[in-house]
Amino acid sequence: MAERATFLANWRQNIIYIGFVVIFVIFALTLSDKGFLNPTNLLNIIRQTAMIAVMAVAMTFVLASGEIDLSIGAVAGLTTVTVALAIAVAGPFAGVLAGIATGLAVGCFNGWLTTRIGIPSFLTTLAMMGIAKGVAMWISATAAVPILSPGYSWAFGGGSIGPVPVLLFWMLVAGALGHFVLRRTGFGRRVLATGGGETAARYSGIDTANIKFKVLVLSSSAAAIAGMLYAGRLQSGRFQLGEGDELSVIAAAVLGGTSLFGGKGTVVGTIVGALMIGLINNGLILMGLEFSQQLIARGAIIIFAVALSQKRA
Amino acid sequence: MTAVVMKGISKAFGGVKALDNVDFAVLPGEVHALLGGNGAGKSTILKVLNGVHRPDAGSIAVGGVALTTHTPEASRAAGIAMNFQEMSLIPTLSVAQNIFLTREARTARGFLDDAACERKAAEIFAMLEVKVDPKAVVGTLGSGQKQLTEIAKAISQSSKVLILDEPSTALAVSDVERLFTFLRKLKAQGVAVIYVSHRMDEIARIADRATILRDGKHVITAPLRDLPIDTMIEHIVGKRSKGLADVQRGAVTRGDVLLEARGLSGVHKPHNVSFALHRGEVLGLAGLLGSGRSSLARVIAGIEPATEGELRIRGEAVSIRTPSDAIAAGVALVPEARATQGVITAHSVAANMVMSVLGRISAKGVVNRAKAQEIADDMISRLQIKTASRDHAVSTLSGGNQQKVVIGKCLATDPDILVLDEPTAGIDIGSKSEIVRLVRDLAAQGKGIVMISSELSELLTACDRILLMADGRAHQMIDRATLDDPAEPDPGHRLQAAERQLQIEIQKALSQETPHG
Repeated sequence: MAERATFLANWRQNIIYIGFVVIFVIFALTLSDKGFLNPTNLLNIIRQTAMIAVMAVAMTFVLASGEIDLSIGAVAGLTTVTVALAIAVAGPFAGVLAGIATGLAVGCFNGWLTTRIGIPSFLTTLAMMGIAKGVAMWISATAAVPILSPGYSWAFGGGSIGPVPVLLFWMLVAGALGHFVLRRTGFGRRVLATGGGETAARYSGIDTANIKFKVLVLSSSAAAIAGMLYAGRLQSGRFQLGEGDELSVIAAAVLGGTSLFGGKGTVVGTIVGALMIGLINNGLILMGLEFSQQLIARGAIIIFAVALSQKRA
Repeated sequence: MTAVVMKGISKAFGGVKALDNVDFAVLPGEVHALLGGNGAGKSTILKVLNGVHRPDAGSIAVGGVALTTHTPEASRAAGIAMNFQEMSLIPTLSVAQNIFLTREARTARGFLDDAACERKAAEIFAMLEVKVDPKAVVGTLGSGQKQLTEIAKAISQSSKVLILDEPSTALAVSDVERLFTFLRKLKAQGVAVIYVSHRMDEIARIADRATILRDGKHVITAPLRDLPIDTMIEHIVGKRSKGLADVQRGAVTRGDVLLEARGLSGVHKPHNVSFALHRGEVLGLAGLLGSGRSSLARVIAGIEPATEGELRIRGEAVSIRTPSDAIAAGVALVPEARATQGVITAHSVAANMVMSVLGRISAKGVVNRAKAQEIADDMISRLQIKTASRDHAVSTLSGGNQQKVVIGKCLATDPDILVLDEPTAGIDIGSKSEIVRLVRDLAAQGKGIVMISSELSELLTACDRILLMADGRAHQMIDRATLDDPAEPDPGHRLQAAERQLQIEIQKALSQETPHG
């Protein structure tokens, strides 16, 4: 009886891995004639998923600490523009610095507003979403800014080593680092404790405001890195890049078992969640569905997967 | 050298003085009881000592060194450890992770070492001789296990000053015994223990000295031998209220059967319980933690499903599946956890009072405010709730008055049957006897009442009959009157004797317990 209960609980907890395999097998069987299993196609899924995955790793920390960051898509877009402008003026090295500075600046501002002024992160980052997009449109005069640095483009998203895209390495590094920090460091434990019970964490001597500040900086920095990858891959800065990514990112984290209420999260699950979203997008396109149908199918699959993972009382 | 010296500590919250120039000193190697009613300032002074609150005035010295920074980290560095009443546990982390939160064992490279934490946690539990799984997620544990985790967390810090805030609530008698044995060992090592409890019997057994606070002021500090229980209670309650022994039970007029359970079973507990509750009587449920008292209450109130048996109300079989079914059938529950299940503390007294009757006082979906205010005012005066106004948030009230709001909320539904689950938990003794008196009054007005309490003196004072439960089963129905020794003239002594008698019956029921999975 007890063993069966544990198995059931694990089954729900691990639904993301089971779901990933099930969907992969379904697509492999039904879409093999359309080249789903073709290595090029599979690597394409990686290329399309990498930015979401990088941001979703940081989002795991944000959600686990009981906060949320809605500004990441807009920050990624803003970063593509600042990077492109800096490269045009002062070269690729300056571009990288500009990208990192953008992420840190937005993150510190988000963190400051949330932890010192006391505005809930939902509102802070919702407002920041508009501000970041507005700034990006303004400084780029709503036009695409080309990036004419092959080195930058290679390292940040465009290049590959043999058949393997550089983006895969970014994704793996972000995932491995995130997993390790969340599971094995004091910071990770404090993040989980803050989201699991803020008062209790404070009574235990954790500076929860500090943790939330750091987590929001981490999230914006990851968004900036994703923006740098978008810029490198598409060799330009455009304010539209990354638009709406926040929803895919949050969906990836939640699919992976991270709780929207804080206290629970796994980076491995998040990465698989991001890959699953990429997989679904890819499969639906190969099926020849129209964009409208893709949206509906994708939403339905996500609801189904998350519903299955819910523990029922 | 004294372990802790607090001098002239004052602390106010939004104009309300929680502590007013309080002195408090603890010696190494003593168990020092800190006593006082709710709102006396016990938790505030402990939180000041522990660094959660910064004092407005006064000085603190720990082991002769002045404590100038007021943060939990600084206090801990000074050698102070405290358990909070389940407040410092993170439900999503494991027992071991909670015990060593911010003090985790590290590997050689500086990363977290959960396996080592689990080993160390297991050692602590072994030392306490209790069984708690270090790997279990805290949120899945019962309250007794959580309490033990809190205690383990506090003692794992091997501190010079150990503060235990109500450590024995939710603990089995045997675990309390082991805790006391352990505390005596700590004493011998020169650790200063500050012990907070509402249970005088415990204080009398473990404490060397006691300090009593009342209304944020220091009343007395004295060795325990100079403080018999009567004197302690006198100091705690002041002159305002009388003890439990003075509550009159009066003549019982049992009416017709209101509620009848026939072979009632729940998912895990209770098992096959039958009893009848009459109009005008208070039926007590006695038993230890896990005996199925609360489960029975929840089944009656529609919070947990009944799996077998039937409930009859006023002679008719009823099917109660949800709390609103129960309310419609005239059953109201005053739940165990006041702050989470009883009231919405951020909402006003009035808003809480009418929460269960919104449908009745609304027309076309709009709440009739005049009616809502009328109900609130009526309850405030009827139950003598001390609140600045009906519009003040429940969180501004003392524990006893918050509990009265819960009772008022239940009475607003005009129930025939009232189920009270630990209605006096965490309430000072003055408010306790007030609540017990209220229960008697309600019964006298013709309601049928089922009451659960872990404090036997309270059950004995409030109830006409007591159903003894153990391991989910009903063991014995005891008529309250049979526990009294008519030869004993002093009501206080008579209550004590009855309590001993009931205690013996509970132990008997435990020994008859049938072992099963």
